[in-house]
Amino acid sequence: MSERVFLKGNEAIARAALAAGMRCYFGYPITPQNDIPELLSAELPKAGGEFVQAESEVAAANMLLGAAACGVRAMTTSSSPGISLMQEAISYMAGSELPGVIVNMNRGGPGLGDIGPSQGDYYQSTRGGGHGDYRTLVLAPGTVQEAYDLTMLAFDLAFHYRNPVIVLGDAILGQMKEPVTPHAPARTADPEAASWCLEGAVGRPGRIIKSLFLEDGALAGQNTRLAAKYQAMEAEIRAEQFLVEDAELVVVAYGSIGRIAKSTVRKLRNAGHRVGLVRPITLFPFPSAMLRALADQGKRFLTIEHNLGQMVDDVRLAIRTVADSAFHGHLPGNLPTPNDFEAPILAALGADH
Amino acid sequence: MQEIRVTNYPEVLVDRPTHYCPGCQHGIAHRLVAEALTDLGVVDKTIAVSSIGCSVFLYNYLNLDTVEAPHGRAPAVATGVKRARPDAVVFTYQGDGDLASIGMAEIMHCANRGERVTVIFVNNTVYGMTGGQMAPTTLVGQKTTTCPGGRCLEREGAPIRMSEIIASLGGTTYCERVAVNTVKNVLGAKKAIRKAFQYQLDGKGFSFVEVLATCPTNWRMTPVAANERVATEMIPYFPLGTFKDIAATEGA
Ligand SMILES: Cc1ncc(C[n+]2csc(CCOP(=O)(O)OP(=O)(O)O)c2C)c(N)n1
Ligand code: SF4
Repeated sequence: MSERVFLKGNEAIARAALAAGMRCYFGYPITPQNDIPELLSAELPKAGGEFVQAESEVAAANMLLGAAACGVRAMTTSSSPGISLMQEAISYMAGSELPGVIVNMNRGGPGLGDIGPSQGDYYQSTRGGGHGDYRTLVLAPGTVQEAYDLTMLAFDLAFHYRNPVIVLGDAILGQMKEPVTPHAPARTADPEAASWCLEGAVGRPGRIIKSLFLEDGALAGQNTRLAAKYQAMEAEIRAEQFLVEDAELVVVAYGSIGRIAKSTVRKLRNAGHRVGLVRPITLFPFPSAMLRALADQGKRFLTIEHNLGQMVDDVRLAIRTVADSAFHGHLPGNLPTPNDFEAPILAALGADH
Repeated sequence: MQEIRVTNYPEVLVDRPTHYCPGCQHGIAHRLVAEALTDLGVVDKTIAVSSIGCSVFLYNYLNLDTVEAPHGRAPAVATGVKRARPDAVVFTYQGDGDLASIGMAEIMHCANRGERVTVIFVNNTVYGMTGGQMAPTTLVGQKTTTCPGGRCLEREGAPIRMSEIIASLGGTTYCERVAVNTVKNVLGAKKAIRKAFQYQLDGKGFSFVEVLATCPTNWRMTPVAANERVATEMIPYFPLGTFKDIAATEGA
């Protein structure tokens, strides 16, 4: 299993899901993630699983809900407009405490937008997205290896918390090819699901999986339980720190943009500028405490995103001031290079640099 | 008043008064499902998918493993359940607003794929739970809170006949429309529901039973008058009978 293979980000996600013991996959075609269902349509049945091309993303996400209710590892993948259609089921899954993996290879929006990379779905992913008071764990890979690792992890976390988990990539990551070291997952099944999943009520009272809580105080009780769960998810916070110790300016960027920004930071370091990088890997829960600690050391911040400014809100909430926090948004339609970020970083460092 | 139980009932039916209005026939449909599952001996391996509408509380009355689906999505949820547990008996229980309006896409494709699930479709020509608005099955001339002058063919289109549509789809193996307004019709409905589950057990594919039912509350009728309306107005437009039976056409 340790031989390195050359994979596209999308292929890495599909292969990780297979290795993680995924039993059911439901999807609907949309660029730029079609390699995932294409690969799985061939490979999943061979592995004894079920592949369904649904009639819509609405249906795909609800199929995911049904499979999740049976306690099996299941996944759907899509891109932005499709993810909007899935929000109904994701809200119901959160309300019903069902585990499922949803991959969003973010493309440009709003509306039909374009098919190029974007980070426009940050709010939608981290704020619940659908109706109601809920959260999903959001994992944002920056490399193809990470796409593999985090997809695999997503299944474990979904079952551990009985909650939907979103893997948020983008068109760059999906189409980029890199060497990946496939590996065995920590686990491929979730035996604890046997205590709640639907299997037919054999010699016991029927189990009900629902998100309707009409009795007095019942929804309050459920939402209190959910709140505690979202709090507990803080144990999963992950972020990469790069050259931050003596940095004056910390660039905060995630996913593909985080990786491109890292190249810029490395280059500017070599030129003597005291700049570092924090790359959040979990977007919910957000590495607020880490950023806050850096703010307490007097560092300044520049958030770089492939949108008009979304994660920057979380950065500013974390450091609790907007004065020292700049933002640079890269607009959709083209692929940024490390050079594109040089000027904004230098500007944030101060004109004299 | 002392309660006297006049008849037996299958164990899977929970001994609890329902929340349905007097004269509502959801209760009869529940009981027929309970009897069919019991007769076939599959209660222990059945998974129900409850939908949105007055019947969302199906799980309060049937002691089964159940998952609740978003409005109209029960056939998609059932697809996920059946793919995850191919050996389970899986059914959805849906009203006409749920199945024929918001969930039209899901039901058509579930049937067309030939998912090995059973759908119990309770058609009462109105949105019950939300207070009596027009449904896709509301009859021409029928007054509802959103067509107060009566459904108008030119403005709102013709009431949709779901059984006829479902029967035309490739994956459907059994499709029948029944009513529960007379003893004879109840017995016919019981047979149909049982047969629909039997087809699933035989791995035949998608099976569908449409149950014409009353909603006295939103029809603004007494239970007796509502029951009569089934015969005088509903059955003429929604004829009872078998619309598809793959075994019959196979000559099996
Ligand atoms: C997405 C969404 N839209 C609307 C509703 C509101 N709603 C609840 S029940 C219902 C109608 C159900 O009618 P029907 O399926 O005919 O069932 P009945 O109540 O008559 O048994 C509607 C529109 C909802 N719950 N979800
Ligand atoms: S509103 Fe209609 S469908 Fe709902 S319980 Fe009452 S009679 Fe039955």
